[in-house]
Amino acid sequence: MNRLGILFAAGAALAMAGNASATPAAAGSAAAPLAVSNAWIRLLPGDLPAGGYATLRNTGDQALRLTSAHSNAFRMVMLHQSTHGKGMESMHMVSGIDIPAHGEVTLAPGGYHLMLMHRSRSLKPGDTVTITLKLADGRQQDAAFAVRPANAH
Amino acid sequence: MRIRMLLAFALLPLLAACAPSQHWELTSIKGHMPDLKFQLTGDQGKTLTAADFRGKIVLLYFGYTHCPDVCPLAMTHMHMVMQKLGPVADGVRILFVSVDPARDTPQVLHDYVNAFDPRAVGLTGDDDAIRALARRYRVAFTRGKPDAQGNYDVTHSSGIYIFDKQGHARLIATSSGDIDAMVHDIRQLAGASQ
Repeated sequence: MNRLGILFAAGAALAMAGNASATPAAAGSAAAPLAVSNAWIRLLPGDLPAGGYATLRNTGDQALRLTSAHSNAFRMVMLHQSTHGKGMESMHMVSGIDIPAHGEVTLAPGGYHLMLMHRSRSLKPGDTVTITLKLADGRQQDAAFAVRPANAH
Repeated sequence: MRIRMLLAFALLPLLAACAPSQHWELTSIKGHMPDLKFQLTGDQGKTLTAADFRGKIVLLYFGYTHCPDVCPLAMTHMHMVMQKLGPVADGVRILFVSVDPARDTPQVLHDYVNAFDPRAVGLTGDDDAIRALARRYRVAFTRGKPDAQGNYDVTHSSGIYIFDKQGHARLIATSSGDIDAMVHDIRQLAGASQ
């Protein structure tokens, strides 16, 4: 695991230590071998839903499956995928995103993304939002997402 | 000699404009789609028609604001094109037509389009007027069933329709396409229809 991963894991452990309601599945289990990088949120005006993007790298020997995410900055976070075909764009919810062993998956505009809805607090570009990524095996990982303006690219 | 060369250079743009076949990077739809025509409500609350945009090159895109991924991608794409166009962009307008007028009020649209580019205009209106404009350019969209929170998804066409200063449909681009191709063609359009 790289240093960044260890830092995130330490952060997650601290967060759980201070939170008595941490899910039992996560408590006591090893940190997920998931390195998160280039994590950012495209912030839209008002309370319009925002897209969350990141590169997720599985540093372990076993496939991982991201099944949900949550954040104290948004009341609802969903895993979404945009697809296009026959000149049509559509977006739909997905039940999980597989990350192969020693492989990576990129959540990027026009593909997989986190759909972040209903802000719990006001946000502005430059802020950092912590998003907890939850895996099918119950392990979870916190990641810091940089809040960027609507026309960030 | 020098004068003759200068003259030749001065005539070059004219020659280019008269050339029988210009090279377009994007897909030409000249003669295949009708002229720009609509009557909708602008993001400042005023009625706007296609006539308000005569003299401008128009980039027409259909989307909705509760679309966190592909619509911002398209708007950012067009914003980057505008940045690359430099002063030419002053003669270009991005028209973002909402296919979700129930949620996209002029105020919501105003904040939305301006978050991307100051030369973007949001258009909304009654469903019939929007459907008529979409049909005109064979743009399809469907709205999904609302969930318990009243949220719903919209499926929509991904094309960016480009009109010249006279409102003639000229080119179609996609938000996943090459930025330089759009910049090249818009520059050519700006020069050709002056």
